[in-house]
Amino acid sequence: MEFVKPTLQYFELAPMLIVFGAACLGVVVEGFLPRARRHVVQVVVAGLGLLAALGFTIWVATDLTSRASGAARGRLAASGTLVIDGPTVYLWGLVLVFAAAGVALFAERRLEGGVSAFAGQAAALPGTEAERQASTRGLDHTEVYPLLMFAVGGMMLFPAANDLLTMFVALEVLSLPLYLLCGLARRRRLLSQEAALKYFLLGAFSSGFFLYGVALIYGFAGSMQLAEINEAVRNDVGNESLLLIGMGMLAVGLLFKVGAVPFHAWTPDVYQGAPTAVTAFMAACTKVAAFGALLRLFYVGFGSDRWTWQPMMWVIAILTMLVGAVLAIVQTDVKRMLAYSAISHTGFLLTGVLGAQASGELADGQVTSLQAVLFYLTTYGFATVGAFAVVTLVRDSGGEATTFPRWAGLGRRSPWVAGAFAFFLLSMAGIPLTAGFVGKWAVFTVAMSAGAWPVVAVAIVASIVAVYFYIRHIRLMFFSEPEGEVAAVTSASPLTTVTVAVCAVATLVLGVVPGPVLDLVTNAGDFIR
Amino acid sequence: MNDFPWLTLLNAAPLVGALVVGFAPPTLTKLAAVGFSLLTLALGIAVALQFDLDSGGMQLEEQHTWIEAFGVHYALGVDGLGLLMVLLTAVLVPIVLVAGWFDSDDGNTRAFFAWALALEGLSLAVFCATDVFLFYVVFEATLIPAYFLIGGFGRAGRGAAAVKFLMFQLAGGLILLGAVIGLYVVSAQQGKPSYLLSDLTELDISTDAGRWLFAGFFIAFAIKAPLFPVHTWLADTTEKATPGVSVLLVCVLDKIGTFGMLRFCLGIFPEASKWATPLVMVLALISIVYGALVAIGQDDVLRLIGLTSLSHFGFITVGVFAMSSQGGSGAILYMVNHGLGTAALFLLAGYLVRRRGTTLISQMGGLEKVTPVLAGLFLVAGLATLGLPGLSPFVSEFLVLLSAFDYAWYVGAVAVTGIVLAAIYVLWMYQRVFTGPGVPELDGTPDLDRREIGAVAPLLLALVLFGFYPMPLLDVANPTVKNLMSHVGVTDQEPDVPADSVPDHAATEEGGDH
Repeated sequence: MEFVKPTLQYFELAPMLIVFGAACLGVVVEGFLPRARRHVVQVVVAGLGLLAALGFTIWVATDLTSRASGAARGRLAASGTLVIDGPTVYLWGLVLVFAAAGVALFAERRLEGGVSAFAGQAAALPGTEAERQASTRGLDHTEVYPLLMFAVGGMMLFPAANDLLTMFVALEVLSLPLYLLCGLARRRRLLSQEAALKYFLLGAFSSGFFLYGVALIYGFAGSMQLAEINEAVRNDVGNESLLLIGMGMLAVGLLFKVGAVPFHAWTPDVYQGAPTAVTAFMAACTKVAAFGALLRLFYVGFGSDRWTWQPMMWVIAILTMLVGAVLAIVQTDVKRMLAYSAISHTGFLLTGVLGAQASGELADGQVTSLQAVLFYLTTYGFATVGAFAVVTLVRDSGGEATTFPRWAGLGRRSPWVAGAFAFFLLSMAGIPLTAGFVGKWAVFTVAMSAGAWPVVAVAIVASIVAVYFYIRHIRLMFFSEPEGEVAAVTSASPLTTVTVAVCAVATLVLGVVPGPVLDLVTNAGDFIR
Repeated sequence: MNDFPWLTLLNAAPLVGALVVGFAPPTLTKLAAVGFSLLTLALGIAVALQFDLDSGGMQLEEQHTWIEAFGVHYALGVDGLGLLMVLLTAVLVPIVLVAGWFDSDDGNTRAFFAWALALEGLSLAVFCATDVFLFYVVFEATLIPAYFLIGGFGRAGRGAAAVKFLMFQLAGGLILLGAVIGLYVVSAQQGKPSYLLSDLTELDISTDAGRWLFAGFFIAFAIKAPLFPVHTWLADTTEKATPGVSVLLVCVLDKIGTFGMLRFCLGIFPEASKWATPLVMVLALISIVYGALVAIGQDDVLRLIGLTSLSHFGFITVGVFAMSSQGGSGAILYMVNHGLGTAALFLLAGYLVRRRGTTLISQMGGLEKVTPVLAGLFLVAGLATLGLPGLSPFVSEFLVLLSAFDYAWYVGAVAVTGIVLAAIYVLWMYQRVFTGPGVPELDGTPDLDRREIGAVAPLLLALVLFGFYPMPLLDVANPTVKNLMSHVGVTDQEPDVPADSVPDHAATEEGGDH
């Protein structure tokens, strides 16, 4: 077998290369700079890296070649292992924007009185003398920035992967840094470490499933390439049961990452235990990246076999929406409530995913399921990052106060912060004039148009249930009398304040004039095979 | 002049006002709010002056593409029905603000006035929207100011009442969302998706799809209106909220329900509307009788007035679904008159509760001699509610009953009992609240001051005026109803006697239409 040297399309891959480069630079900084100067340098390296990558992403987006008479734009890269097409670039943009918000939240040091929200010395056992010393010396883990950048790199690779092996590598690259980041909370460290371990164990399991699925699909199709898998599925070559089992196992791996029922058990514990800044970053970016990969795998790889996987998606979407919404009602912790709400949002997103239709079945100008899901990811990301950013602000003497009674009457003490949080909740509930409504409308529409009206009916029921716990929390903040010790809003540096403000403005703008962003996802076109 | 965006201006004025009030210095809050509401009223009158009475279609239309991918337009327009609702809203809000001048003093005054104006702006947009998506957006958006008005001001337990209110309304709203999405799918199947009302009424909807979609729309509007059995939020809400807020809810927001039935249920799904009529009639009749019976049993004056509205909305629904021009005109008229009459009753009850410090009827009594003006006005408003001839609700009630008897004699017969029961709950309430032996400690109770009288006077004047001369209202409503009826495809039954020998002028008006 002759070895062909792969040609790399450096321009198209530039955003990803910049992110990985910045991550490596961060490691070097960690090794060579004195401790006192690391924090600033790391923040600058990560921030500039993300901004440069975002700039290049926009440049690449304007420069994509049109294919299939305008239905899709982009090209294959790195000898066909990657696809740089409209949806990829759009998802890159989303990941980078939310990652930038994540860096801003990571870098916030005023809330904890001059140190970051990360453990002073992660290796010190909780409650020991070493930990106390690390805390009094004001130590800080600045490795979180390169870790975040590596995760971002994986998240960019994930939706761009055009073969199963690259997809698996991307999955691991994005997951491993996240496992670490989850365990680095400064306060409530045991909870944080427990979350990290749980996430790691379950994540490793799901990776195993994914890998096994890759092997089975290879056995079926004789290739890892999505396009060739699609060809094999269409021509019905090979062993059908290999395909079905393989498809199921791949689905397990991806559905675990997006937190769909019945693979959701890690979500509340990890969202609660992880440092809130990490939760904000992870909740938005992982979902964006994983849904990108899920869409590509099922639309491109198994696109000609929709009738096999759509029923599975129906069941999972219905379960996810109902379980997420119902269990959120009984939570008494803000972060756990948001985690369950994230689960139900995964269900809504899956409602969009299962609304796939062939282009011939759609009217001219009708919204496609890809557009709907991409738009929903945008709206959901802003609301989630914003909501978790607000959670970092609401504190009492023990750090962040996430239990409900502490939030009572917050609206009267800090109307702006409580108002912003209420606004994010309303967006998640899908109230008109917020971004969430337009997103919800879009995913319900594509599902309904694909004939999945039972799923839409359940989605509406789940929305009604979900509205209850959002509204109840707004009532708690604005109309309840506080009892006992309550939390107050700590004044934050512009990093957090600007993040919250940007998310709120984006949520409002996307709700009132969603047209430009919808045009953007329309222009992104279809996946390239 | 025709291109001037009057309706946009009308909708924007209170919304801008809400922002200004929200940030204005506290001393100016109330004046600024009333100023903006009066400005809105002036704009409403300006709109009315340009309205061409002879045309039944949409007027003063504006249309811009809003979300192209969804086929959504920012499209406004008013027909006779819309115009009357716009005017009702524009008239009621300044009255409510003046009447509730001190209601919010122990809370966040600024928030009260700002939310009230926001509610006004969004409600006006609901009545003006001619794009179903835009309608849905503002329909849902009205709930947020309403939620904060109920939850922030009023009596203990209002937080729970606000949550209950919002849950009911949002549940209805989400069901409506399903139907709105269904409309998009149907419209996309027949070419380019569009949400414009003018496009949707032309749509050829299959019978099954039409009936499902109708159900979605109707359930949402039944919750809004409210109709039995989805009315349970109504009494709790009016009990806990301040009377002014109750006026905004019952007299403005709830009108969206019956307004939507006329415009969307009959307008887009005529076949399904006819198909569903028997069930709707049953629900409406239950609402009439049950609402009145439950109202009789109430001991809380605000709760009682809230429940009378259940009965009234039953009447309006009967008028809407009787599918005749008397019914349609009667229903529209009823919506206006109910708005005026119930608003007066709520506000006067609010004055009463402020003086007595309780809402319980059993603890009142003996006020007549001390506060004769309050008692007199309360009686007039009450008599209007029970449909006394000479006051405007009588005209609309008469038209609705006429259409009900036309539809089927037993429907009319059941509906008539509502009037008898209305007499019981109004007069018995008056008797228990105002008459009876004087109580010594009440002696110093002040009668209505000028602000309080000034606030309700326009309502009572309108009740008397339209009671004797309802033609202005009918002139506005009739062309719209005529259009709607021909769209639904019904013609009125020939009267058994020649039209010109019928003394009732309303019937004469209709006589020429056959």
